[in-house]
Amino acid sequence: MSEMFTKSMARNMFYGGSVFFFLLFLGLTFDTMSVLPERDHRENITPEVARGKMVWEVNNCVGCHSLMGEGAYFAPELANVYNRFGNSKDAIIGFIKSRPVDGIPGRRSMPQFNLSDDDLNAVAEFLKWTSEIDDAGWPPNIQG
Amino acid sequence: MQYQSQAVAKPYFIAALGLFAGQILFGLIMGLQYVMGDFLFPEIPFNVARMVHTNLLIVWLLFGFMGAAYYMVPEESEREIHSPKLALALFWIFLIAGALTIVGYLAVPYATLAKITGNDLLPTMGREFLEQPTITKIGIVIVVLGFLFNITMTVLKGRKTVVSSVMLIGFWGLAIFFLFSFYNPENLVLDKYFWWWVVHLWVEGVWELILGSILAFVLIKVTGVDREVIEKWLYIIIAMTLITGIIGTGHHYYWIGAPEYWQVLGSIFSALEPIPFFMMAVFAFNMVNQRRREHPNKAATLWALGTAVMAFLGAGVWGFLHTLAPVNFYTHGSQITAAHGHMAFYGAYVMIVLCIISYSMPLMRGRAAANPPKAQVVEMWAFWVMTISMVFITLFLTGAGILQIWLQRMGDTPMSFMAGQDQIALFYWLREIAGVGFLIGLITYFISFFVGGEEQAS
Repeated sequence: MSEMFTKSMARNMFYGGSVFFFLLFLGLTFDTMSVLPERDHRENITPEVARGKMVWEVNNCVGCHSLMGEGAYFAPELANVYNRFGNSKDAIIGFIKSRPVDGIPGRRSMPQFNLSDDDLNAVAEFLKWTSEIDDAGWPPNIQG
Repeated sequence: MQYQSQAVAKPYFIAALGLFAGQILFGLIMGLQYVMGDFLFPEIPFNVARMVHTNLLIVWLLFGFMGAAYYMVPEESEREIHSPKLALALFWIFLIAGALTIVGYLAVPYATLAKITGNDLLPTMGREFLEQPTITKIGIVIVVLGFLFNITMTVLKGRKTVVSSVMLIGFWGLAIFFLFSFYNPENLVLDKYFWWWVVHLWVEGVWELILGSILAFVLIKVTGVDREVIEKWLYIIIAMTLITGIIGTGHHYYWIGAPEYWQVLGSIFSALEPIPFFMMAVFAFNMVNQRRREHPNKAATLWALGTAVMAFLGAGVWGFLHTLAPVNFYTHGSQITAAHGHMAFYGAYVMIVLCIISYSMPLMRGRAAANPPKAQVVEMWAFWVMTISMVFITLFLTGAGILQIWLQRMGDTPMSFMAGQDQIALFYWLREIAGVGFLIGLITYFISFFVGGEEQAS
């Protein structure tokens, strides 16, 4: 490497560059936080939606499904499942409830989680709220 | 081995390799579940196998990084580790906590695990890669803080080098960004936004500092090139890593509710993220070509070159493939993501840990400089079998991903997710076969530790 470019120049580039871009990142994060309320519709996060997120988490749903494209790719995307199921919470609840305990021979099957009615309603509310987030038009189509 | 306390790295490396084997086993289980959906159902559902697979990866890499630090820092600082006893105590705490967590995943339903570990008090569970019970997360913080104390004290009291400083900055960053795993707001968008401060700022940020410092250390040792030259390269590489990678976080903010300007910023900066990896590959080959000694440990040199090339391919090239927002609109959350994840983690992090193990383990086992040539030949076979298998895993997942996107997201009559999955089963079978190839490579690697013979004079 060129002798013109010294180690102390490289060091300054590392410290200066890292600090500059981290501060820029903080600034952009600050701006993002100020515009998010219009996009995530947080005013609609009811106690049911919050409980639904908890149900989603303690059953590790993200271990098979993706949600807004993040998670596992073993089972369908769920950020738009509310729309895919005909804007119906009941259809979501019915699907989760009807999973066979021993699975389906030879095929992937969602486990039977034996959720209470309150939990089922909460997770459906959570998925409905999620479907209304402004996520720049993703996914490309209803299949997720 | 120049300092007695470096030997504390040995249990760390042994534990790392044991957990690595577990990770591969569960990877094969998941791969089979992709094509035989009822395999081990309902005893080990896919989500449990995946949790074990990814969590074992994270934990064994952390064992590997910490082992690397305990081995490297005494030589860099020219003094013994501040407290070898603390290092050993933390080893056992980490191993037992990790083992209990994995047993918890497998023994009881996840919801039960959440309940008995008091997730209600401070809910942090159930998010990808951060599935550990809150109490385990607290344990990780304690272990890492103890580790940081031990290493920082050693560095402060001894010779300060660029290699140890960069490593220390990497570990401090690792600890600080992990704290965001305790932030789990009710608002999913905020949750996701800051979840990436752990995940992205780890693997595309501070972990690369640890990677760079280990690579620099091994290259100094095996090539004999002047430290000044290597340290200058190290600074430039990690400067480019953070200059591109911090704003590059934006490539995760396209479709999770964040404003649209992230599509522009994320695309531009993450398109530049391959640069530091390309520089790393150029660096590794240059140093080996300019070597001033013929180090008898050929295997360690091979791992050093291998990690630089495979990190560039996996993280750099496969990352770039789907990082531009208009492309990512179609590829996001598909098998393309899985393809990239596999080769990037293997190339950048698995191989660098195997590299430092390859360099240091013979010394800790009392050899003068390297394993006997016969053992090195077996190890190099293992290198090629694992690496080529991983290339094929990545290619088959890429094929599956392209078809998935076409069938499910682009065609005139898009298929449902499950209908599409049935169509691409062939690629999943091929991936599983490549996975078996990887396991054979791993077994070969383990065998190489037990191959004897005459040691070559150094």
